[in-house]
Amino acid sequence: MVSKLVQNASSAPLLDVRRLSLGFGDSQTDLLKGVRYSVGRGETLCIVGESGCGKSVSSLAIMGLLPKGAAHITEADISFLDEPYDLDDTVALRRHRGADIAMIFQEPMSSLNPAFKIGDQIAEAVTAHNDVTDAQARERAIEMLDRVGIPSPKARMNEYPHQLSGGMRQRVMIAMALANDPKLLIADEPTTALDVTIQSQILDLIRTLQAETGMGTIMITHDLGVVAEIADKVAVMYAGTIVESGSAEAIFNDPQHPYTIGLISSMPKLSGPRERLSTVPGTVPTVQTMPAGCRFSTRCPFAQDICNETPPQRDFGAGHEVLCHFAPLDLRLERSA
Amino acid sequence: MLSFILRRLLVAIPTIILISIFVFALQKLLPGDPILAMAGEERDPETIAFLREKYGMNDPIPVQYLKWVGNALTGDLGISLRTNQPVLELIGEKLPVTIQLATMAMIFAISIGIPAGILSAIKKGTAIDYVANVVALSGLSIPNFWLGIMLILLVSVKWQLLPASGYVPFDEDPLRSIQVMIMPAFVLGTALAATLMRHTRSAMLTVLTSDYVRTARAKGLKERRVILKHAFRNALTPIVTLSALLFGELIAGAVLTEQIFTVPGFGKLVVDAVFNRDYAVVQGIVLVTAVGFIVMNLLADVAYVLLNPRLRKQ
Repeated sequence: MVSKLVQNASSAPLLDVRRLSLGFGDSQTDLLKGVRYSVGRGETLCIVGESGCGKSVSSLAIMGLLPKGAAHITEADISFLDEPYDLDDTVALRRHRGADIAMIFQEPMSSLNPAFKIGDQIAEAVTAHNDVTDAQARERAIEMLDRVGIPSPKARMNEYPHQLSGGMRQRVMIAMALANDPKLLIADEPTTALDVTIQSQILDLIRTLQAETGMGTIMITHDLGVVAEIADKVAVMYAGTIVESGSAEAIFNDPQHPYTIGLISSMPKLSGPRERLSTVPGTVPTVQTMPAGCRFSTRCPFAQDICNETPPQRDFGAGHEVLCHFAPLDLRLERSA
Repeated sequence: MLSFILRRLLVAIPTIILISIFVFALQKLLPGDPILAMAGEERDPETIAFLREKYGMNDPIPVQYLKWVGNALTGDLGISLRTNQPVLELIGEKLPVTIQLATMAMIFAISIGIPAGILSAIKKGTAIDYVANVVALSGLSIPNFWLGIMLILLVSVKWQLLPASGYVPFDEDPLRSIQVMIMPAFVLGTALAATLMRHTRSAMLTVLTSDYVRTARAKGLKERRVILKHAFRNALTPIVTLSALLFGELIAGAVLTEQIFTVPGFGKLVVDAVFNRDYAVVQGIVLVTAVGFIVMNLLADVAYVLLNPRLRKQ
């Protein structure tokens, strides 16, 4: 079922980010450089990477939600629903937001306005994009609360965020995000702040709703367990670049970029002998210390002089792309030997 | 909500008792004996003794205090030593004048300070923000008496637009009453507007970076609605609290402005009473001001609870 959807999707991506670069403040170095990924209808793309690698920034940029004046976009070549998607057109971006593209966030505790009833907050999302009466919008809000599994939705409409648990609040956020049947949902670490049992409930909920509506989903996470569970496609992000992307299968079974290999081998395993968890040594470079060529070169065990030059994009077929001088793996092992 | 107000009132009781003790002690501690002042030039011992007996000065001090409190509770704040009018009556005459002045000043301050604060927060770091801040700083730094005198010179003397001084009761001629009080209200209101603007700005700046404002934007709401509904509603709490406290201060603190524009209000009553050692009046005024302050505090707390759904239900 899922693979069928993926095949349909691969013909015409829903959101196609071909190039996205942006910098913060007066900095000459772009924080995000040449970010590229795409997501199709019904497809789940997971963007993984460490904290501060630019996962959230890239999606906030697409939503037009980066703080005004703080970030400047240097390159953007994006299309959405086969139309050019202009990050400078603030009016168009606002019309997309909450209508075709919705977003949920990491912090369910603080993402709802404490001063308003949750019912009104959901209904507001409906009235913002549709010519409906308040009663119709409320009807829709009740329906959405029911769909995200909130018991006695009618009564809950009049509750304030502080009366709900974290998991319930994230459900409300999802109800709000999906109220207008968006074509794309961007979920920015939606389960990070929740405890484990609630995490899987929320993930299941997102998956169920996705199957019902056929929307595409971008899931931003640093949790490879989440990725293994839900991803169709994976984009691995390091220091503002997508170092490797491809199908979930390719990334987990045949990782090519040294960073991806490091990430996957740092995952604890349930079977096999107990070993010390492996780590990727070093830390992510800051904008000031960003290397000119390959951004991973400062931590890469295979780094050579050539890594001071911008690495090439290598294509391994079926959308599996790696940003590395030494890919594929065999070649790299030979050279470093 | 009612139980909250009742609880809050109970807390106010010890405060009021402390204030009453302080106010009573004022009379005992300050130099100068009102009886001697009343006895006149000759200071006839018999007269003095008679007056002491009459005003209960021979009783032990705690007894005097209890008597005074008992009287105050029945609305008897004593009699002005100077005009022989009941203190309560004097206060009742002057208080409405000051309340009108304070209300007008507050309306001015709110209608200028809050929009300016919002605007300067949205336009942070731009020319508009700098201009608003410079104007606010000037509003805070310019002394009331100077501003008042300049306004009288310009508006009343040179342009002859508004009367320089005086007072017309509101119920007599509302329009004229407001006209006369525009200038003093403006003078009083400028510093308040500046204070409110600064607080609104910082409250808005905090709220504008919050996650729920980002959510409101993610819903695709128009920026206007994001700011005026989602952000401002949450910034309102400190602003309302501050406004209530400022209003309380205004009632006690309009002394200088009332002097300049010869508004026959509370401030003028205080000054006259202090200069004439009219202790009963001073006591009465301090007591009424303190109680007024406590009431405004209570209102601020009530507003705080009303604005916070989190506190409302408890």
